[in-house]
Amino acid sequence: MSDQRNLFGKIWDQHTVQTLPSGQSQLFIGLHLVHEVTSPQAFAMLRDRDLKVAFPDRTMATVDHIIPTDNQARPFADGLAEEMMSAIEKNCREFGVTLLDLADSRQGIVHIVGPEQGLTQPGMTIVCGDSHTSTHGAFGSISLGIGTSQVAHVLATQTLAIGEPKVRRIEVNGTLKPGVFAKDVTLHIIRVLGVQGGVGYAYEYAGDVFDAMSMEERMTVCNMSIEGGARCGYINPDQTTVDYLRGRPSSPQGAAFDKAAEWWLSLASGPGAEFDDRVTFDAADIEPTVTWGINPAQSVGVAEMLPTVDSFPEADRVGVAEAFEFMDLTENQPIAGQKIDVAFIGSCTNSRISDLREAAAIAKGRKVSDGVRALVVPGSQLVAKQAEEEGLDKIFTAAGFQWREAGCSMCLAMNPDKLVGNEMSASSSNRNFKGRQGSPTGRTLLMSPAMVAAAAINGCVTDVRELMA
Amino acid sequence: MSNIQTVIGTGVPLFLDDIDTDRIIPARYLRCVTFDGLGEHAFEDDREQTENHPFDDARFANGGVLVVGRNFGCGSSREHAPQSLSRWGIQAVVGESFAEIFFGNCTSLGIPCVCVSRDDAEQLAATVEADPAAEITVDLMAQEVRTGDKTVSCEMPESARTALTTGQFDFMAQLLEGQDATRTTADSLPYMSNFA
Repeated sequence: MSDQRNLFGKIWDQHTVQTLPSGQSQLFIGLHLVHEVTSPQAFAMLRDRDLKVAFPDRTMATVDHIIPTDNQARPFADGLAEEMMSAIEKNCREFGVTLLDLADSRQGIVHIVGPEQGLTQPGMTIVCGDSHTSTHGAFGSISLGIGTSQVAHVLATQTLAIGEPKVRRIEVNGTLKPGVFAKDVTLHIIRVLGVQGGVGYAYEYAGDVFDAMSMEERMTVCNMSIEGGARCGYINPDQTTVDYLRGRPSSPQGAAFDKAAEWWLSLASGPGAEFDDRVTFDAADIEPTVTWGINPAQSVGVAEMLPTVDSFPEADRVGVAEAFEFMDLTENQPIAGQKIDVAFIGSCTNSRISDLREAAAIAKGRKVSDGVRALVVPGSQLVAKQAEEEGLDKIFTAAGFQWREAGCSMCLAMNPDKLVGNEMSASSSNRNFKGRQGSPTGRTLLMSPAMVAAAAINGCVTDVRELMA
Repeated sequence: MSNIQTVIGTGVPLFLDDIDTDRIIPARYLRCVTFDGLGEHAFEDDREQTENHPFDDARFANGGVLVVGRNFGCGSSREHAPQSLSRWGIQAVVGESFAEIFFGNCTSLGIPCVCVSRDDAEQLAATVEADPAAEITVDLMAQEVRTGDKTVSCEMPESARTALTTGQFDFMAQLLEGQDATRTTADSLPYMSNFA
């Protein structure tokens, strides 16, 4: 294998079945993750054509988007949610796909569950009908969000028709300052490169900062690749990756694990690997970052003032003015001190155990500000169990946070957890789009889980470093 | 599946950047098990919040060619977004650029998304605004967008253009034909045998 091929290219080549008449590649998919929102129409397409699921052993379903995080008794109060739940149960039963349902202790957000179970492994191609599938790239896999027609393709053939993107290597070197988290790194990258900057690219994240990150932190960064417009993001597998996977339920066991680890590490982009583009950041430039607008690139360091409309290129000004109007924020105002109504800690970006530990460290011994509705929603039942064993749930509830069951919750509000009216939310999720958190006029400020906890305590956007011991 | 070589229709001007799929179809309408009925909810919240949104403007009610700005369709992978636009009556989208998952979803549904320069997109939107009855031709063979006496060049990735113009955008059939080759590839991957 050529030393010039980066990890993406190596995996791509190994998974290419053939070139299609259109010139696209037919790519074999090693793991297909399925959830209740983007799959019912795909299963219907299989029924229409009398097709089966080609590789049910490489397919795993869970439920996350629509489930309530408080009262999960069936039938759900929302008849539409109940219908979707029944549909995925029936589809998985009839097509022979394993479903981690609410009664299964492994259930959770699809992008939390895959890695947790060891299903997500380096060198795989992974797809899901969900844009945040990019999360799994943290393991050194090609992990792509796909649409429902493509979900049907993968169900029926275990392959995808797709063109090969370019690869941009993003290096962040140096050491992050205290109070700067993985979320801040990804928000900073998106702020600089823009929400459309990644179109046409896969992002390879490399350098000191990612080398030093835990797998959970790496997942946070890769998760948000899609917000930067990239087709996917990944980090080369290393000893951290291998250590994370050892002993997971779906990881290879015994001698097979050592063989696997050797193969995984061999896939990493070597020193001679070539890239279509390279961008370098200095870790010292990254501050705790908060979005103020209606896309994830509209952000500032917590100590900065909001920009002026005129400071943007002319082509961007209409969108920037729209963001100020929707958010009801003003040019040159500080973001620190901005009042919030809701604090949400959760989502596939930031609901892992390390996220909850970081937030609990801020919440411990403090009280949520009067008038702030604060939710902590663990990413999976196993994360919830771990947090409860560590007493994190008690720290949160003593501080006045609600401690919920696992699910997507208020990240996209397809369930009862929603903003009301034009509430301002401090959120550890991934999107600040208009209406994203369930109220058409609801407003979202994205930040790290520790920053959300700090905002909950003070009732306003706060530099988390002020509350760190 | 028919060839899609040209789309001819009147326009709908929506020259804005970074329009995400949550705006195209709010998440509450994803609580469904079919795509039926999504057309009426396209841009629902934007329409509520925008005076005379083009999707509420009677002048553009029959428009089939949506004219947009940069990075249209970013965010969520929901195929519900192009499904809702399609059911509303959109048959082609002309813009400066498109988010990739959205673009792929549109291609699967036979909706060409073609890129023109920013100036051309802006001018086309202005033309439609001034003359809603103006007929727009999106010509995938000549790679042109024509309206009145004005012709501009447009681009789309060659693989998508080939798939649409030759009527081969139902990838399911092509992928199924590769079943034996798929098995060969699968057997060559060490994780498929769990590294035994």
